[in-house]
Amino acid sequence: MADPDSTSHDHADAAPPLRTPLYDEHVALGARMVPFAGYEMPVQYPAGILAEHGWTREAAGLFDVSHMGQATVSARDHETAARALEALMPGDILGLGLGRIRYTQLTTDDGGIVDDLMVTRPIDPADDGRLMLVVNAGRKAIDYARLAERLPADVALHVAADRALIALQGPKAEAVMARLAPGAEALAFMSAAPFTVAGFEASVARSGYTGEDGFEISVTDGHAAALWRALLAEPEVKPVGLGARDSLRLEAGLCLYGHDIDETTSPVEAGLVWSIGKRRRAGGGFPGDGRIRHELEAGPARKRVGIRPEGRAPAREGTEIRLPGGAPIGVVTSGGFGPTVGGPVAMGYVAAAHAAPGTAVELVVRGKGLPATIAQMPFVPNRYKR
Amino acid sequence: MSKLFTKDHEWLAVDGDVATVGITAYAQSQLGDVVYVELPELGRRVSKGGEAAVVESVKAASDVFSPVTGEIVEVNAALSDAPQSVNEDPEGGAWFFKIRLADKGETAELMDKAAYDAFVATL
Repeated sequence: MADPDSTSHDHADAAPPLRTPLYDEHVALGARMVPFAGYEMPVQYPAGILAEHGWTREAAGLFDVSHMGQATVSARDHETAARALEALMPGDILGLGLGRIRYTQLTTDDGGIVDDLMVTRPIDPADDGRLMLVVNAGRKAIDYARLAERLPADVALHVAADRALIALQGPKAEAVMARLAPGAEALAFMSAAPFTVAGFEASVARSGYTGEDGFEISVTDGHAAALWRALLAEPEVKPVGLGARDSLRLEAGLCLYGHDIDETTSPVEAGLVWSIGKRRRAGGGFPGDGRIRHELEAGPARKRVGIRPEGRAPAREGTEIRLPGGAPIGVVTSGGFGPTVGGPVAMGYVAAAHAAPGTAVELVVRGKGLPATIAQMPFVPNRYKR
Repeated sequence: MSKLFTKDHEWLAVDGDVATVGITAYAQSQLGDVVYVELPELGRRVSKGGEAAVVESVKAASDVFSPVTGEIVEVNAALSDAPQSVNEDPEGGAWFFKIRLADKGETAELMDKAAYDAFVATL
């Protein structure tokens, strides 16, 4: 049998892998550690990906996402900080309310995506002028260099290298937080506020990457292990690795940077138009606004779509998508088995003319054309706490 | 009948000139949850070390290589509907295919259980 690890999609550098403050916790729990974005991360615990995926959908999964980058930009007031970020991304940052979170993208000068990220405005007016960013692990260095180079002199970038990030995701996450951080259960989706969680000062966000309700908790490195243990001690909570994180986000129709979005794909092609504010669409003023506004008006040449293969064979990243028996129309960018769907699911880019849900296509898997259908995403309904 | 093993973690049980082939308990533990198995067509000729089947976990697809040269004479069709049985009974009921050996001498190069266990211990 071919080594399954040799086909995994990690991009480990030659440098020795980094460890998050929770590394020892993962090892003690029996996790299988793999290189991911320069870190040694748990791909699964002994329960396995299917069980971890299912647990997150029915109870509460605990994820170490400390490899992600946390940073702050600060200026004399919100308008100064927001306008500086708006020069680098199409999201409406100026209009972000106190304690609110925005999903947006750093765009290239050609309208591609440098990275996708979350931007949070602190809830305390005394902190106004600060905006917190959470970026992808594998893009940290590129993002920070771009910010440092392009932010004006009166806006400072501070990289919070000493902070861990723990995600608690699933329908029972709210009950757990109500117990350990009273009041946090009242946070609305895409909102954040400081709370004491199990005795530790933390910034708590109602957000996630699974399609479920949930929280993302930022704490200093020194408190990460104790907080992780306190959360795991709750009966609803079990640890979940990167394997299930990937199958959960795929079923939720969420993009994975470097796979479904990259420097060649625009936010419009990727179906992320919802994240571009109305004022930003009209006014532009972000890198690549020429291409992006043109695509908004004329429609993109290709679109990111969901795909449901018939039968049981998964179609992996890189699989060619063609019309039945005919010409190639695109490529799969993420694909695998959807545990909650109970069958294979995929997403990819196809020519806009063939992007309508219900369109019959073929996926070329090991030389054979497998029948599949363009499908609406998400594959599993979102259960965010609006 | 006793099993023979490859360094690619297939097992082989020879009965006369037909051998049953599957993946080892170690292989399934490395794969994790198996969600799909693709079996060879009956009558197909495969070479020793050549791709004969595919086993897919949630995360990745892996080729299963034939430990010997020969012709596929039977496949375990039950795996198509119950791929998880590869996790549950990899060295028993979840065999992949049976192959008619072209050259019984090829099995001399395979490991016995003790040698395979010692090999796995080094991984």
